[in-house]
Amino acid sequence: MTATETPTETAVRSRSRRARPARILRFGDRVSLRVRPRGLAVGTGLVAAITAVFAVLLMVGEYEIPLDKVVLALAGGGERLDLFFVRDVRLPRAWTAVLVGASLGVAGAVFQSLSRNPLGSPDIIGFTGGAATGAVAVILLFGGTMLQVSLGAVAGGIGTAALVYLLAMKRGVQGYRLILVGIGISAMLLSVRDYLLTRADLTEAKTAQIWMIGSLNARGWTEVIAVLVCMALLLPVIFALAPRLRLMEMGDQTAGALGVPVQATQAVALIAASALTGAAIAVAGPISFIALAAPQLARRLLRSTGTAFFGAALMGALLLIAADLVAQRALAPAQLPVGAVTAVIGGSYLVWLLYREWRTGRA
Amino acid sequence: MSSERTTAVIGASAEKARAEAEREEAAAALEERTRSHVRTRVVRAVGLLAALGALAVCVGLSVSVGAKPIPLSTVWDALWNNDGSYDHSVIVELRVPRAVLGVFVGAALGLAGALMQGLTRNPLAEPGILGVNSGAAAAVVFAIYMFGVTSPDAYVWFAFLGAAVASVAVYALGSGGRSQATPVRLALAGTAIAAVLQGLVYTVIALDDFVFDRIRFWQVGSLVGRDLELFLRVWPFLLAGVVIALALAPALNTIALGDDLASALGARLNRTRALAALAIVLLCGSATATAGPIWFVGLTVPHVARAIVGPDQRWLLPYSAVLAAILLTAADTLGRVVLPNGELEVGIITALVGAPVFIALVRRKRMAQL
Repeated sequence: MTATETPTETAVRSRSRRARPARILRFGDRVSLRVRPRGLAVGTGLVAAITAVFAVLLMVGEYEIPLDKVVLALAGGGERLDLFFVRDVRLPRAWTAVLVGASLGVAGAVFQSLSRNPLGSPDIIGFTGGAATGAVAVILLFGGTMLQVSLGAVAGGIGTAALVYLLAMKRGVQGYRLILVGIGISAMLLSVRDYLLTRADLTEAKTAQIWMIGSLNARGWTEVIAVLVCMALLLPVIFALAPRLRLMEMGDQTAGALGVPVQATQAVALIAASALTGAAIAVAGPISFIALAAPQLARRLLRSTGTAFFGAALMGALLLIAADLVAQRALAPAQLPVGAVTAVIGGSYLVWLLYREWRTGRA
Repeated sequence: MSSERTTAVIGASAEKARAEAEREEAAAALEERTRSHVRTRVVRAVGLLAALGALAVCVGLSVSVGAKPIPLSTVWDALWNNDGSYDHSVIVELRVPRAVLGVFVGAALGLAGALMQGLTRNPLAEPGILGVNSGAAAAVVFAIYMFGVTSPDAYVWFAFLGAAVASVAVYALGSGGRSQATPVRLALAGTAIAAVLQGLVYTVIALDDFVFDRIRFWQVGSLVGRDLELFLRVWPFLLAGVVIALALAPALNTIALGDDLASALGARLNRTRALAALAIVLLCGSATATAGPIWFVGLTVPHVARAIVGPDQRWLLPYSAVLAAILLTAADTLGRVVLPNGELEVGIITALVGAPVFIALVRRKRMAQL
């Protein structure tokens, strides 16, 4: 959008860019299905891209396995070494990436939809910082097991998010106040975390640091199953609430007038999204920016007017699995924690997002 | 006809009398105002002196309180005739440098915060939020990783460079585009740039344990173990920053009227902005380079100062500097006694105290437009 464009021109252009209307497939008299051509195309494309990266992840590494042997190993045949690497090491890791990415994408979409703000992601509102501090506290103070660390992270994250939400509340929660309070609380938590890091010995501090950045190293089937169970419980809830959430994006009053129980929807969606983020963090650590970027990218690709929850899930999965590929191979043989990659990419994306919004004068 | 003229004449003389009375009234009011101005000025000057006195008390406490409490009389002895005893060398070699650093780092941060808030007319402007800390941290990490720099003396220059580059980037991102830089935009721009830098820092830390071991101590702002040598390197920059900042006060007062009015009054906006930005980088850069990242001092202190002296930058700037120096030395001293053993770094105390203030500011009904 340039400065000389009139509002009418803008409106005309945005109308022309909007996706074509849904088509309706009818099966007999009773069953009918709405199909959005663009949504279908984008969805297929994303699934294809995820599959491709997934396949590459199974092939590459210090021990390279060609595609035909990967397929053979997946079917249960081939050499023992191939079997071990593909089925016990790389497959669970790739699945963890996909599931965690999808969880973060959906949770981010819910947070953004609720705060009606592209910046209302768990990273910004202090969830991630709280989880990191919780986990570091457990590692350094109690030297806890993996499970305890995860619980500490989830407790820290949810506690912080609740605190931020309460502090930002003052006759309703405004998007920007939420974000600024989140920045303040995060600063405080990070200083506590930094303090804890200076009090530990190097090995423990290093463990805590890596955990805090977020990593997918050595994730096995236990983790995959844990996330899968959480997703199976929570995703249906969120997808069921999706139409209401999209109505609420028009404003609470409008949504209320249209018959949406605003408070209840808000509370349930918030709890579900927090739990989903918590599960993702418990498994992989607080991986940053997937939740911020995925819903926005999905929405742009789909050219949808409201938040695209399913698109956000696919986009989140693709982003995280691609980031994991970069983290494994960019500086090989050195392995980066995937959170470092997402922070650089996601931070740059945020810079670009802000630049664009402000250039066009929307914020 | 004649009666009409008489009325007009009477009207005119009444007018004249009224104007006379008004003039007299105005003169009296002016005189009264001048007198009250003088009075305010005296009160403020006395207040500043009192604050300096409080600072002196804090410095005294900072020198005598610690793991080993040392009475002030011994402190006095140590300063003037150091007999080389344990107490005396603790004071001269450890505590005095630390107190001196605390005063100057605090003053620099307070001044920089007041300057930033005045310049951007943004109540949330703060060195940390504007990316200075993350820029300096990233630069130090890269210095250790790529050039094998290990002494804090050498960190200084990299920290300076990083702070300058990051704050310019944040300001450019936050103020680019069609509308003015709002508080929210600058804070968000700072968060975004900090995230990118943090990601790069994470990458390096993951690759190299040695860097991690160094940086984890540096990234908690602290006055521990910083010797006077370090201060001797940065003081020229600090002094230049202070001088520029104080000299800019009248110009900042004009800018506070709003850009249009200020330029109509003949203020040179761009020159003032550029000089203020230079001063901010000099002040924050030298403070961060010596003590590491310290959050929220630059944010909170100017608000306290504004509550005391109002918006006049000529008073606001010196008050902010002195009050921030008090805050930092007091926080540093507090950090030594608050834990049963060991110390709490000053950067942690200021973050724990400052973040609630930040949130309270955010929660205020109308975000004050300065």
